[in-house]
Amino acid sequence: MALLSVTDLSVFIGRLKPLDGISFDIGKGEIVGMVGESGSGKSLTAMSVMGLLPLIGGKMTSGSIRFDGIDLATLPEPHYRALRGRRIALISQNPMTSLDPIIRIGAQIDQVSILHLGLSDAAARARSIDIMQQLRIPEAATVHGNYPHQLSGGMKQRVVIAMALAADPELMIADEPTTALDVTIQAQIIQIVVDLVRERGLSLLLITHDMGVVAQACDKVVVLYAGRVAETNGIDAIFGEPQHPYTRELIRCIPRHDQLRGSLTGIPGAVPSVMDYPSGCRFHPRCADALDICAGAIPALEQKAAGFAACHAAINAAGKVSAHG
Amino acid sequence: MIKSSSLRTILLSPRGGISAIVLLAVMICAVFAPLIAPYAYDIQSLRDANLNPSWKNWMGTDEFGRDLLSRMIYGARTSLSVALTAISISVAIGMSLGATAAYFGGAFDRLVTAVVDLTWSFPEILIALILIAIIGPGLNSTMIAISIAYLAQFTRLTRVQIMALKNETYVEATRSLGAGHAHIILRHLLPNALTPVIVAGMLATGDAIILEATLGFFGLGAQPPTPSWGAMMSSGTAQIFIAPWIIIFPGLAIAITVIAINLFGDAVIDVLDIRRQLRDS
Amino acid sequence: MADEAQAQLPSDNLVAVRDLTREYKSSGGLFSTVRSMRAVNEVSLDVPRGKVTGVVGESGCGKSTLARLVLRLIAPTAGRVMFNDTDLASLAPAQLRKLRRSMQMVFQDPYSAIDPRYTIRRALLEPFEVQGVALGKGEQEDRLLALISKVGLSPRMTESYPHQLSGGQKQRVGIARALALSPSFLVLDEPTASLDVSIQAQIIGLLEALKQELGLTYLFISHDLSLVRYFCDRIVVMYLGRVVEILPGARAEACHHYARTLMDSHFVPDPRHRKAVTPLVGEIPSPFNLPPGCAFAERCPAASPLCRRERPLLSEHATGHLVACHHPA
Repeated sequence: MALLSVTDLSVFIGRLKPLDGISFDIGKGEIVGMVGESGSGKSLTAMSVMGLLPLIGGKMTSGSIRFDGIDLATLPEPHYRALRGRRIALISQNPMTSLDPIIRIGAQIDQVSILHLGLSDAAARARSIDIMQQLRIPEAATVHGNYPHQLSGGMKQRVVIAMALAADPELMIADEPTTALDVTIQAQIIQIVVDLVRERGLSLLLITHDMGVVAQACDKVVVLYAGRVAETNGIDAIFGEPQHPYTRELIRCIPRHDQLRGSLTGIPGAVPSVMDYPSGCRFHPRCADALDICAGAIPALEQKAAGFAACHAAINAAGKVSAHG
Repeated sequence: MIKSSSLRTILLSPRGGISAIVLLAVMICAVFAPLIAPYAYDIQSLRDANLNPSWKNWMGTDEFGRDLLSRMIYGARTSLSVALTAISISVAIGMSLGATAAYFGGAFDRLVTAVVDLTWSFPEILIALILIAIIGPGLNSTMIAISIAYLAQFTRLTRVQIMALKNETYVEATRSLGAGHAHIILRHLLPNALTPVIVAGMLATGDAIILEATLGFFGLGAQPPTPSWGAMMSSGTAQIFIAPWIIIFPGLAIAITVIAINLFGDAVIDVLDIRRQLRDS
Repeated sequence: MADEAQAQLPSDNLVAVRDLTREYKSSGGLFSTVRSMRAVNEVSLDVPRGKVTGVVGESGCGKSTLARLVLRLIAPTAGRVMFNDTDLASLAPAQLRKLRRSMQMVFQDPYSAIDPRYTIRRALLEPFEVQGVALGKGEQEDRLLALISKVGLSPRMTESYPHQLSGGQKQRVGIARALALSPSFLVLDEPTASLDVSIQAQIIGLLEALKQELGLTYLFISHDLSLVRYFCDRIVVMYLGRVVEILPGARAEACHHYARTLMDSHFVPDPRHRKAVTPLVGEIPSPFNLPPGCAFAERCPAASPLCRRERPLLSEHATGHLVACHHPA
C-alpha cells in the first residue's frame, strides 16, 4: 500500500485554480520525482501535502491526500502539527531562509528531536552530530556550535537536511533542494540524500526541474504541466517510452553533448499562465501530435502501459515515439 | 506616470473623489480669482469694518471693511501659488541633487548625504525662519525658504530610488549600447523614480500651505495689502471676540485644503501601492 | 601561454584577451583592514571569428566579471582586451561608444533587462537613438519589423510592455536589442539561466540560427556544462578567477581535475547511466586569501606537495588544448 496517496487534488487560490485533479502515489521506500516547468504546480503540491495551503490563501476544493491511512485533507490543525516535521519533513529550496541566523546550527537541529522525539538535550546533541556526520559535514562537532553565516551554501543545505532527518520522518519532501547551489555541490548533496534515504528505507518526493537529477535519483516520476498531471510512470519508462508528448519533448529539450548541432529546438510557444489556461488539454497549443479533440476535451489520466498518461493522442495511437529514437 | 485606469480608480473612490472636488474648487478660486471675487481685495471702507456675514458680504468684512470672501479667494491664489511654486522648485532641485549624488557616488554623494542628514534633523519651520531672517520677509523669500526647507526630503527620496534603480540590468544593458550618463539618468533612472517623488511632493504641498500660513501669521510672508490666509488669521486674532469670522474662515480654508490634499495623496499612494517606497526613505 | 596564443594569425581571432585582471577591494569596516580579491586573475584567451567560445565555471569563478571586462563595461585593473586588433583601452570614450555597435551583450535576467516603462518598440529603437543613427519614420518601421521577425516575435508585440511578455519573449527582445546595430560579436551571459527548460532550448536554437545567418562570433558564459558542450566550439573552464583549462572542442576530454569534477557532477538525463559521485573533500578557498599553489589543490584527488607550493601555469597539453595542472589526468 502506498505511504502517500494523492487523489484528484484540486486547489483554488482566490478565483484561480493552480492545481486541477492531481493524482499520484508514493510507496514506502520509494523516491518519486516530480518535474515540471514554472507554474506547473510542483511546489503547491508539496504545500498541499504539508497542510500549508492556508499560509498562502489556498483552499483544497476536491480530492484526498492520504498518508499512512490518515486523511490529511480533513485532519485538524493540532494533529497536523504533530505530523508535520515529525512523520513528514520538508526540505525547502532556499537554505538561507530556512535557518534562523541568530541561533547556533546545533541548537536548531537539536530542537527538532527534543520537540518531536522527546530527547534530552545531551541525547539530542549526540543525535544531531551523528546525523551531521552521516551527511558528511566535516568536523560536525565544531559546526554544531557555529552560526549559519559561518557556513557555505552547500553546508547550510546539509544542515537543513539534517533538521529534516532529526525527527526520523517516514516521508521527506524536497522542493528543489539544490537549485540555489553550484553543480559540484548539487551532485554531492543529491548523492548523499539518495544514499541516506535508501539506507533508512524512507520515502522521498523530490521536486525538481532538472531531468538529469530525476534520471540519477528516482524510481518513479510524476510529470506536471500547467497544474495537471501529464504522465506518471516508472523511471525507465519515462525516459525510454514516454507516453505523453510533453514528457517526450521535455526530455528532448535537454542538450546532450553528443547531440548534433542545430537539433535543439525547444517546445514552441510559452508555458501558459494560470490566469489564462487553454481549453481542453493545456498542452495542445504547443503539441505536435495534437488532434482536433485536444482543444475541446480534457484528457483523463488513463492507464497506459505501466503508468498513467493524460493524452488523447497517446490513447489513440498504436505506435509510440521514444525519446532515444 | 499615473495610468488613466489608476486615475479612474482614485477618482471613483469616496476619499479620492471628494478630495479631488474640493481641490478643484480651491484651484478654480485661485486661478480665476478676479472673475469670481465679488469685490476687489484691497478696497477699504472703515465704515463697514467688522460687519457680520450677510447677503452683501457672505463672510463679513475685516477690520478695514474689506470683503472677507474676496480676500479669501485671492488668498487661495497666494497660498496655492507660493506652496506649489516652492515645492516644484524643491522637487526639481532635490531630484537633480539626489540623482547625481546616487548615480556618481563618491565625494559628492558623501557631501550631499551629510548636508541632507544635517538639515533632516531640523524642523522645516526652523529652517524657513532662519532663512527669512537672513534674506528678509516677503512672498519671494517665503517661496525660497519653503523650497529649501523641503529640499532634504526630496533629495533623500530620489537618492534612495536611484540607488536601487542604478543596479537594474536595463541600466547596464543601455550602457552596453553605448549610452552616456545623461541618457541613462534622464531616460531611465529619473522616469522610474518619478512617481514616489511626485506623490511626496503633492503631500508636501499641504505642509507647505501650513508653513506659508505660519510665516504669513508672523508677518513674514505676503506683505499687506496682498491677502494670504495666514496673514488674515493673524489680523483676525485682534478681533477674535468682536468678529470671530475673520479668523475662522481662513482657518477653515487652510484646514479643508490641507485635509483634501492629504486624503487625495493617500488615495494615490494606495492605488499605486508605493507606501513602502515612501517610508523607506 | 600569451606568446603561443599571439603566434596565431591575428585575423583568426575577433577578440583576444591578455593577462586580464580585475581586483576588488572590500572596504573593511571600522576594525578590519582593507582586503582585496581578484575576481578575474591574469586571464588570457582568444575568441576565434565565427566560432562559439564557451566560458564555464561555478558561482564566484569570475565568468560574469570576465564578460563585462571583455566588453569594457568595467575597466580592468591590468591586462588588455583586443577587439579586431584594437586595444580597447587605447580608445577615447567617443570611439569606444561607437565601437559598441560591433560588440553587444545578451543578459542573464530578461525580466529586468528591459526598462519596465518602455514599450518593445521604444526598447528596440533605443540602440539607434543612443548611437545617433537617424532613422526616417518608414525606415524605423522597417528596422523594427525586421528585428522582431528575426527573433521570432510577432509584430503585434511592438506596443506591449515587458510585463506583458513571457520570460522567453523578453529574452527574444533582449537578443533583438543586441542585434539592432548589426554587431559582429555577442557576449551571451547565461542567456537561458532564468528560463524554463523548454524555453531554454528555443532560445539556444534561435541563437544558433542567428549565428549561421549573420555570421556572428559568440562568447557564451554559462554554468551548465551540457549546454556548453552542446553549443560551443571551444570551452574555457574557470576556477576562482583563473582559467584552468581550455578545451579545443566540445568532445575533448578534460585533463584538469577540477574540470573533470565539473563534468562528473553533471547528471545525464538517462536512468541507464547513473553514476556514483566521488565525494569532494576540502572547502573552496576564500577568494580573499588564495593559497600560493594551485587553488584547487585542497579538493583535488591528485594533489601533491608541489601543487600546494607552486601554482601550475597554463600550458599546451595537446594542440589547442591548454591545461594549468602539474598532474593532468
